[in-house]
Amino acid sequence: MKVALFVPCFVDAFFPEVGIATLELLERFGIDVEYPLTQTCCGQPLANSGCQVEAAPVEALFVKNFADYPYIVTPSGSCTHHVRHYLDAIPQTDAVRHVRTHTFELVEFLHDILEVEAFPWAEFPHKVGLHNSCGTLRGLRHASMSELGEPFFSKPLALLGKVKGIEFVTPQRPDECCGFGGTFSLFEEPVSAKMGHDKVSDHKAAGADYIVSADSSCLMHQKGCAERLGLDLKFVHIAQILNGARA
Amino acid sequence: MKRIDHAEAASHFIAAKDNEAFHDKRLWDLRQKRDRIRDEIPEWQALRDLASVIKEHALSHLAGYLEQFETQAKLNGAQVHWALDAADHNHIVGEILAARGVKTLVKSKSMLTDECELRPHLERRGITVVETDLGERIQQLDDEPPSHIVVPAVHKLRGDVAEVFADTIGTDRKNDDPHYLSEQARLNLRPYFLDAEAGMTGANFIVAETGSVVVCTNEGNADLSANLPPLHIVSVGIEKVIPRLADLAVFIRMLSRSALGSPITQYTSHFRQPRPGSEMHIILVDNGRSERLGLADFWTSLKCIRCGACMNTCPVYRRSGGLSYGAIYSGPIGIILNPTQDLRKYSNLPYASTLNGSCTNVCPVKINIHEQIYKWRRVMSEHDQLPFAKKTAMKIASRLLSDPKAYRRTIAATDAALEYLPRFLLYTRFNAWGKQRENPATPDQTFYGWYLKHRSKPK
Ligand code: SF4
Repeated sequence: MKVALFVPCFVDAFFPEVGIATLELLERFGIDVEYPLTQTCCGQPLANSGCQVEAAPVEALFVKNFADYPYIVTPSGSCTHHVRHYLDAIPQTDAVRHVRTHTFELVEFLHDILEVEAFPWAEFPHKVGLHNSCGTLRGLRHASMSELGEPFFSKPLALLGKVKGIEFVTPQRPDECCGFGGTFSLFEEPVSAKMGHDKVSDHKAAGADYIVSADSSCLMHQKGCAERLGLDLKFVHIAQILNGARA
Repeated sequence: MKRIDHAEAASHFIAAKDNEAFHDKRLWDLRQKRDRIRDEIPEWQALRDLASVIKEHALSHLAGYLEQFETQAKLNGAQVHWALDAADHNHIVGEILAARGVKTLVKSKSMLTDECELRPHLERRGITVVETDLGERIQQLDDEPPSHIVVPAVHKLRGDVAEVFADTIGTDRKNDDPHYLSEQARLNLRPYFLDAEAGMTGANFIVAETGSVVVCTNEGNADLSANLPPLHIVSVGIEKVIPRLADLAVFIRMLSRSALGSPITQYTSHFRQPRPGSEMHIILVDNGRSERLGLADFWTSLKCIRCGACMNTCPVYRRSGGLSYGAIYSGPIGIILNPTQDLRKYSNLPYASTLNGSCTNVCPVKINIHEQIYKWRRVMSEHDQLPFAKKTAMKIASRLLSDPKAYRRTIAATDAALEYLPRFLLYTRFNAWGKQRENPATPDQTFYGWYLKHRSKPK
């Protein structure tokens, strides 16, 4: 199976280890992973600000880079959410439609497409709190949502549950947004930081040593908050744990 | 009109630590109560579907149902007025009161009259207007608008209320016991109820089939306002009409459960006709609603039954308080309603959201609130309402992100990446990231660099 890897700009620059873990993990399952070298961004930060005109050429480039692949996989829930639900600044050609329906966030790809049964190499003997980003939780439906009172399910927990030695803790408000929100984190700094401080404190109080998430952006924000508060918390992307990171 | 700066207002709200913590906790408690009581109704999601469909049907047949309502209400003996906008509404109320020499008007909570700024209008005409809902009364005495559509003074601690009452109705400043304070408010209000020549209520629903007005409250003040004086005026937005009495059951089952996590409001009063010897006037108010109905992306916001659940669940609202939105309607629903009243003034509000979507999930009438917030951002950009610095940053980012070579050149050295990325993000406030957060560390190489070294096959 051939898969194109999309590594969002901030992961490329700040969290290369997340891109590497994603690539290696997919390769462990015998997948032929290609990383198109002319990729940049999916257009989300622009479109999220309402700037469709500015988003259009970025979205066009994204589609051009990925249209020829049967699957596009990325370790970012919010980018996947953008591509699937909102990539409409450009005419909806067959290529665009293909890319929009064949882009998968890593967890869903492992859970729904590959239907992975085991991660024999993975062991993570720590207490972790899971952070579902809002894009993955309410946008991609990674897990049941507390507002709806639906039967419990969680794709990330189903995957992490196959990791040896891992222990889960649950914060008081597992579903609450952490306040990153893309440009919200800057445009609305006071509220964003307060939400982030509350979020990491909640995880800490629940006994977490690590916060794990499928979104590096939320992790970057929360890590910044925890460090400022002086909380002893570590942050790790789910790709890293599933790929066998021990710490 | 100056743009509302939500972020700035929110920073002051957060600085008052005790108030913010209480506010967040109190509203989160309401959200949790709502979750618990939702679980007692197995058909909750079916009810939401039904409520949504009924509202969409009523709104897409609005003219017919309003006329049916008017006909029925008149047959019942009420008088019906149509108000195109706020000025029209206020004028109608003023004329009704003036013609009958009314000096004092008691009023139960109505967001619509706040929306129309009725109180100052009447006060200018020498009429004393008394809010009778406790929260709304606190806000009136403090000369502040309501901060929440269901619990108007929720941003105040009881000590704050004690201060307001001490300053305005002469209570003991040191006594902040809630029972004492509400008893004092009651004593203060009672003479107004008895003396007022007119009473005013809003309406939660009006029923086309019966021509009746339905008001839901927990304090019974609407009933006193409507029933003690010889004149009852109802102000209601045209979107509140529902077709049949049977439809009401769907909404009554959801309203208080969504709002406060209680099965039903203490009082659900149906006003159908004036009492013998008294008058009942119903004012049907448009004030921008017809225009909103014509907006393809936003018309379903008119389904709103003003339960406040979207506010209670909103993590941004809970940490910024209703007043920070600078409008009568705050929180998620406010973000999508206000821009139709004044695009420029409220142009920042759609950005006062993380688009997390919790609001949409709790909304009993299934308004896609967070998607409408997202769409409003597009409208703001299309109408050149983005601050110059932000728009410029977007333009630069657009050029860079659509040109792989330029992008790589910029991001090539990790130092440059660190330079470029935050700058791209940091267009609004200087070093907004670092104020209360640490910056991410700079890795030795980008993923791109790693890939070239470890995987790329030479072509
Ligand atoms: S938008 Fe929905 S949740 Fe919010 S107040 Fe209106 S009905 Fe309630």
